[in-house]
Amino acid sequence: MFEYEKYIRKNKFPLVWCSGCGDGIVLKALLRAIDSIGLEKENVCMVSGIGCSSRLTGYVDCNTLHTTHGRAITFATGIKMAKPELNVIVITGDGDATAIGGNHYIHAARRNIDLTVIIFNNFIYGMTGGQVSPTTPVGMLASTAPFGNMENTFNISGLAQAAGASFVARGTVYHTVMLEKLIKKAILKNGFSVVEVLSPCPTAFGRRNKSGTIIDMMNEQKDNCVTSARAERMSERELEGKTVIGELVNIDRPECSKQYRKLIERCRSGL
Amino acid sequence: MSFRYEIRFSGEGGQGLVLAGKIFAEAAAIYDGLNATQSQSYGPEARGGSSRSEVIVSDDEIDYPKAVSIDLLLALTQEACDRYYADVKEGGVVIVDAAAVQTIPEGNFKIFQVPIIELARQKVGKPLFANIVALGIIAGIVDVVTEDALKSAIEARVPKGTEEINLQAFQVGLQEGKKYLTSF
Amino acid sequence: MNVIRVMTGNEACAEGALAAGLSFFAGYPITPSSEIAEELAELLPCAEGVFIQMEDELASIGAVIGASLTGAKAMTATSGPGFSLMQENIGYAIMAEVPCVIVNVMRGGPSTGLPTLPSQGDVMQARWGTHGDHQIIALAPYSVIEIFDLTIRAFNLAEKYRTPVILLLDEILAHVSEKVVLSDTAVRVIIDRIIPQEAPEAYLPYRYTQNLIPPMAPFGSGYRYHVTGLAHDETGFPTNDPVEIEKLLFRLQDKIIRNRDDIVQVEEFLLEDAEIGIISYGSSARSCRHAIRQLRAQGVRVGMLRLITIWPFANVKVEKWTKNIGKWYVVEMNMGQIAREVEAAAHGDATIFGIRQINGEPINPEFICQKIKDGLNV
Repeated sequence: MFEYEKYIRKNKFPLVWCSGCGDGIVLKALLRAIDSIGLEKENVCMVSGIGCSSRLTGYVDCNTLHTTHGRAITFATGIKMAKPELNVIVITGDGDATAIGGNHYIHAARRNIDLTVIIFNNFIYGMTGGQVSPTTPVGMLASTAPFGNMENTFNISGLAQAAGASFVARGTVYHTVMLEKLIKKAILKNGFSVVEVLSPCPTAFGRRNKSGTIIDMMNEQKDNCVTSARAERMSERELEGKTVIGELVNIDRPECSKQYRKLIERCRSGL
Repeated sequence: MSFRYEIRFSGEGGQGLVLAGKIFAEAAAIYDGLNATQSQSYGPEARGGSSRSEVIVSDDEIDYPKAVSIDLLLALTQEACDRYYADVKEGGVVIVDAAAVQTIPEGNFKIFQVPIIELARQKVGKPLFANIVALGIIAGIVDVVTEDALKSAIEARVPKGTEEINLQAFQVGLQEGKKYLTSF
Repeated sequence: MNVIRVMTGNEACAEGALAAGLSFFAGYPITPSSEIAEELAELLPCAEGVFIQMEDELASIGAVIGASLTGAKAMTATSGPGFSLMQENIGYAIMAEVPCVIVNVMRGGPSTGLPTLPSQGDVMQARWGTHGDHQIIALAPYSVIEIFDLTIRAFNLAEKYRTPVILLLDEILAHVSEKVVLSDTAVRVIIDRIIPQEAPEAYLPYRYTQNLIPPMAPFGSGYRYHVTGLAHDETGFPTNDPVEIEKLLFRLQDKIIRNRDDIVQVEEFLLEDAEIGIISYGSSARSCRHAIRQLRAQGVRVGMLRLITIWPFANVKVEKWTKNIGKWYVVEMNMGQIAREVEAAAHGDATIFGIRQINGEPINPEFICQKIKDGLNV
């Protein structure tokens, strides 16, 4: 039995999240990943923006920073550059990271700064009442898309890959064992690492879109997802309508904070 | 009674007028123990090729750091001369490049037509040195900052390895300037 | 030993910051502040500090706050348009009590306005740019050497009071080269933030201490705590309890207001025998000094109360001097942003006139002389 209590602020419970929300499952996977690496709580810094997912930082017993909407990655960048020995984990959502904070997201990937960004993708703005987000699928209902979303969506993982991230993975709250492994790899990776977690929102998304119960929503994850390893052997037609999960990118590139330390060394030795 | 001396270096971008202003200010402030400020114009005025750099020298505190009544105007283009001569105070000095400025302004000031750019080309080797030649000419004509201070400031400011040729440019200007001084 | 140099205001700001112990700068290029970033890009790595050019000003202030939370002395520099973008997180730094310095080299606005021409139009934005009730500290130097000194002071006040401090420069001061005498042996007062003495288990990050400023533990030093921009209690966690909310918001106000005497600085220039007073600040105060010397040479007894600290406003000094002198001119490159504060502080004891200019030109001393002389004949 895993001892979650070692890592949580129990007096801050109960969680703010709705029953059936996937975010608690991500929290548990994250804590198991941290534990399996053996990170000291003192050396972990969790930074979040605004939204349901971003409330996570309040529950974890480490250095936690709950910032403004969309800016978590910028605060995290300052922390990592100023104190590279800290393990900096950003907790954010689809709206926080790719709408209001989209510019910071792609630039952090371009810089390849050693942050682990966990994006809780619930396809909706849950906390503010179910408004449309950059990942709300076309045709789906939201409080600000009462006739169905008409706009194209972002591929969160693809965005990070294109912008130069070292590690990109997609997981779900159904595939919890895989999720823990992906988060672990992301933390261990030296460079900008993204784990996009599909975390269903039964309250703001499911109810409005008649997605059924949370069990139905999780079953859909089970039926609809294929691993990246399997996807490689599938044709484009077979992959239509499927969601690829697992490791998507894992490459080595120079990392921003380390490159800067090298510059300091160079200056110290008189160039 | 304290003195305040205002110089405006004017011409076009690329003639090194901002550098000339900085050198003059450093000569006054660092090597002659005076106070000095230097500023330059930016914005729309700085586009379209024209360039302007101002130096105020004083033995007292300099409150307002911009020119209010110019003691000496250097103009290396006709456009700059036309635009700024009216700001020169009565009895002030206007030094123009003899070739570039054909229409000579009229006013209650002393005017010197000096082939500055030509001197730089012929005696130093490149018209690029016109700004340093001009510093020499100013030093020859007016007594605000000492020759030694200007030489020291030039040595400290110009790119490494070009000190000698810049000092030569200064010397060319200085000799030329002194000629004009004795002629009035 | 004294070193005599001719340097620009932006250079003095960068070097003053380093003298204060700056170890982190994040910024985004914008005229007329960019030279500060350029200087620090070169100087910081050699001082084992971090320079990073961010993707915009939103990111710059975010990174500055993040770095400060790890214990770094952190700064950004910008101009009006970028300062507008920073407002949200200036509020965050106030609320979460994160020390940092924000340099705003003012240029003409609104909007992109006048990129390389001076203005003092951001005085009220410095005061009220971020939303919600709050106090702010803003300083306005008027010479290159004062930029050096007040940059150090800005860091000292930020660290001492755990608050963002705004340094208001303008295009004239940023770009003018001026003689400065710097002593490399001078003992400069450098203030560092108070760190907690108690054990981590006993640490309350937003404790109500007697001086109203809670000690601040750097992230990664063994004190695990929560920081948020939401209203929070002494533990740092969000609260909706009206008692706790009021306690916090009053403390944030009081820690500045009760220390006005320490924070507010003015210069009284030839006021003792003056019949006419001028209130000014920043580069406009240079125009005023020039005008005052000229007017005095003509027998007009004018003096100046120069604001060095803009916010909190120097109410006490203004009240005192407007009782003594009946006629005042407030000289500023805006439409009267400080004049209104002066009127409020004077309580009708003096007549207040504005001398204003917003055309991108520095205020010519002759213009001030003329206005004051015109006033003599009325």
